[in-house]
Amino acid sequence: MTITKNQNGKDLEIALEGRLDTTTAPDLEKELKADLDGIDTLKLDFSKLDYISSAGLRVLISAHKVMAPKGGMKVVNVNEIVREVFDVTGFSDVLNIE
Amino acid sequence: MAEITLQAVVSSIPNATGFIEGELEAVGCPLKTQMQIDVAVDEVFTNIASYAYGDEGGSATIRFEFDPETRTVEITFTDSGVPFDPMTMKDPDVTLSAEERPIGGLGIFLVKKTMDSVSYQYRDGQNQLTIRKKI
Repeated sequence: MTITKNQNGKDLEIALEGRLDTTTAPDLEKELKADLDGIDTLKLDFSKLDYISSAGLRVLISAHKVMAPKGGMKVVNVNEIVREVFDVTGFSDVLNIE
Repeated sequence: MAEITLQAVVSSIPNATGFIEGELEAVGCPLKTQMQIDVAVDEVFTNIASYAYGDEGGSATIRFEFDPETRTVEITFTDSGVPFDPMTMKDPDVTLSAEERPIGGLGIFLVKKTMDSVSYQYRDGQNQLTIRKKI
């Protein structure tokens, strides 16, 4: 998985490419841990994300919890496969997906 | 029928999904279904890598079978670790808010939701978990 970050002041945008699964989720977790303290809004661009497993969902929930009291977290450009995972797990109702 | 035996560790997962992808491509599986099966393989193998063996470690075997008549894929995971039936895990309450959500059980729940069937048996000292999906 490739993680591309684009920070503009206190707004952070992260684009993911590949698979967010058990093997790659720790990489994203590490990046987020280092970055989230200093930022107000987080946007995750999933246009090149192929799929997500429960390990990836856990990282998203943790980030969502950190960002909720601040400017929030948004997930954009979700493909059909990822959308279905969000739907069956109820994450569609929890996360802010555009 | 094809089979692969791997060390039951998380770092084996790319080999596990790679093996299954190769088999699925060979039988003309649509990409979306392939991705769903990949996620299921990731979840089941992660469970085995996390819970089956203690510090001494062990191996897990993945068997792939395809019935061309019904176009059904059957994948069986076998390990000789501690008996563990993931089907007995309670489904997570997906209506809870983010703050109230428990962490466990989400992976196997996802497998149950996206596969046509999931079955477990403990036989000859081995855990056998089988997932089936029409492609």
